[in-house]
Amino acid sequence: MREFIHHSSMSKVIINILAILAIIFSIGLSVSYGATNIDLKTVWQAVFNFNPELTSHQVIQELRLPRALSAALVGASLAVSGAIMQGMTRNPLASPSIMGVTDGAALALVMMLAFVPAVTTAGLVSSSFIGAGLAVALVFMVGSFSPGGLTPVKLALAGVAIATMLRSITSIFSLHFNLEREMGFWLAGGLSGTNWTSVNILLISGVVGLLIAVGISKSITVLSLGEDMATGLGQNNGIIKIFGVVAVLVLTGAAVSVAGVVGFVGLIVPHIVRFIVGTDYRWIVPTSILFGALLLVLADVVSRLINAPFETPVGAITSLIGVPFFLYLARSSGGGK
Amino acid sequence: MNESAAKKTKKLFVIIFSLLILILVMFFVSLSTGAFQISPGDVLRTIFGNGTSQQELVLFQFRLPAIVLALLIGAGLAVSGAILQGITQNELADPGILGINTGAGLAVVLFMFFFSGQFAPGSTLAVFIMPVAALVGAIFAAFLIYVLAWKKGVNAIRLVLVGIGVNAGFSALLTIFQLRMDPQSFRQATVWLTGDIWNANWNFVLALLPWMLILIPIALYKAHSLNVMNLGDDVASGLGTSVESERRLLLLIAVALAGASVAAGGGIAFLGLVVPHIARKLMGPLHQYIIPVSVLVGALLLMVSDTIGKNLLAPTAIPVGIIVAILSAPYFVYLLMRTK
Repeated sequence: MREFIHHSSMSKVIINILAILAIIFSIGLSVSYGATNIDLKTVWQAVFNFNPELTSHQVIQELRLPRALSAALVGASLAVSGAIMQGMTRNPLASPSIMGVTDGAALALVMMLAFVPAVTTAGLVSSSFIGAGLAVALVFMVGSFSPGGLTPVKLALAGVAIATMLRSITSIFSLHFNLEREMGFWLAGGLSGTNWTSVNILLISGVVGLLIAVGISKSITVLSLGEDMATGLGQNNGIIKIFGVVAVLVLTGAAVSVAGVVGFVGLIVPHIVRFIVGTDYRWIVPTSILFGALLLVLADVVSRLINAPFETPVGAITSLIGVPFFLYLARSSGGGK
Repeated sequence: MNESAAKKTKKLFVIIFSLLILILVMFFVSLSTGAFQISPGDVLRTIFGNGTSQQELVLFQFRLPAIVLALLIGAGLAVSGAILQGITQNELADPGILGINTGAGLAVVLFMFFFSGQFAPGSTLAVFIMPVAALVGAIFAAFLIYVLAWKKGVNAIRLVLVGIGVNAGFSALLTIFQLRMDPQSFRQATVWLTGDIWNANWNFVLALLPWMLILIPIALYKAHSLNVMNLGDDVASGLGTSVESERRLLLLIAVALAGASVAAGGGIAFLGLVVPHIARKLMGPLHQYIIPVSVLVGALLLMVSDTIGKNLLAPTAIPVGIIVAILSAPYFVYLLMRTK
């Protein structure tokens, strides 16, 4: 508990306020930057004084604003998923992409596209929830059936194996049903297909998932001290875990159905956040929301800048940012013994 | 002791003989199946020079080189995996998981990206330079992983974790470069990266054959060092083996085998992991038995996977790497559950 004291509540509040300001600024940047750059004054007018006659206003309202908001929501969802997974499993490497959750969602999506071509957006979203759920179940099954439980290494390896297998099956479906184009978008991870529907999906799932996450955050803090300790303190760990898994599914499922496989956000954000606000999940969860949003909005801007006028999948950008971090974790915590 | 060694040798011969028969059977199955069916009788007739010209073209120019390549790549990856598992004393090591395959892949894609204009695809020169590019990439990846995993020595678990990270980083770079390629190279690279015996022709066979013919016998010759290393570093240096230099030499052989195989077959994951396990299960822990059995099991597994890939959803051809992953990933998970 001593760690809490080092980070006073005041400094944590200030950090969160700064993060909110940074998000607003980067969303403004994301909206104004594009094939034709639009100055921030026009952006302001398009949002608060919309004039449908102007092309620039339409571009902002129909394309850029939903994209920037989607990026923020996807980043927030993935970061919170990662925070919950790391807290529940006490495993520094736990995160949606490492554990194959995102690949499970992608597989469910391709199956829907292959067998139910007339599928609605709602159908796609719910199928990606189910796919994510099955992948989580698989990884946890491997963990619970192995002696010694889920060590960080085993979890990473099981995740890699299950992810590779799910991705292979996904490729078979997309090859056979000529869905490479549709799936390529999801597998690389990108936000170019987002619209207001995506924002709505992410908002609904985000509110549900984040409410659960905030609600159980205190219990996760207790759980992260160790299961025996938590039981000793009179906590019903089973119920907390069920809520945690539901939150992870809702958040990851929605994020993947909109933006595809965006790796490493869920892995690195909780670590950065823990470094700043300490080990109390009542602070980790909300701060992860903000930092996740900020990271993905900025990564999306970079993905458009790096090879303009072509877009680089945002998943590649987050991987490049995340890999050094993963290596650092592998050297410090995972590789100790 | 002598008696049991003799018994073991006899067992080795029985297993090798059975595997060879299986390979021969699959060889004919593979030759006769595919988008264009040729009955086994016709296959035999064609081999002895009595087939139609169409059958001759399909067999000698397309299927035969592809099958021979599959055999060579399977053997190469399997031996590479056996060596890596031996020197890291880690049952979960494999050129794919450690990121060596992706390193080779990145080098090949960079080569295609910068020089695809200079060489016609499939031209003799490109075919011979490609393995070299892959080799350079594989060595670079192995070096990077080794350095990054170094922290007062190289711990086997850290090695695997660092490998996973390096793998992810290379994959991201691959995606970025691939998207900047022209559509034709892009498709070529995509298929290649999923693990496919693409552009199978006799030139590729000729390019790969020397690597296998030289490196696999050296690996077999070094089997004793691998056995000693399995006892752990302390025992090994106590027994007078200069552990570090032997390990580096063997690592180089493993990386070269993986690099050459990847150049021809793309990113085939899990094969190098699973095959040595099967060999160990059949023959026990001694590498003079594990390596030859791995050669045959690896060749067989890749040929079977290739045949399944061609026929499962015909006319859609599924890259062989996908089939290998689906067949072996569950086995890997099973191994994971059993390892402490």
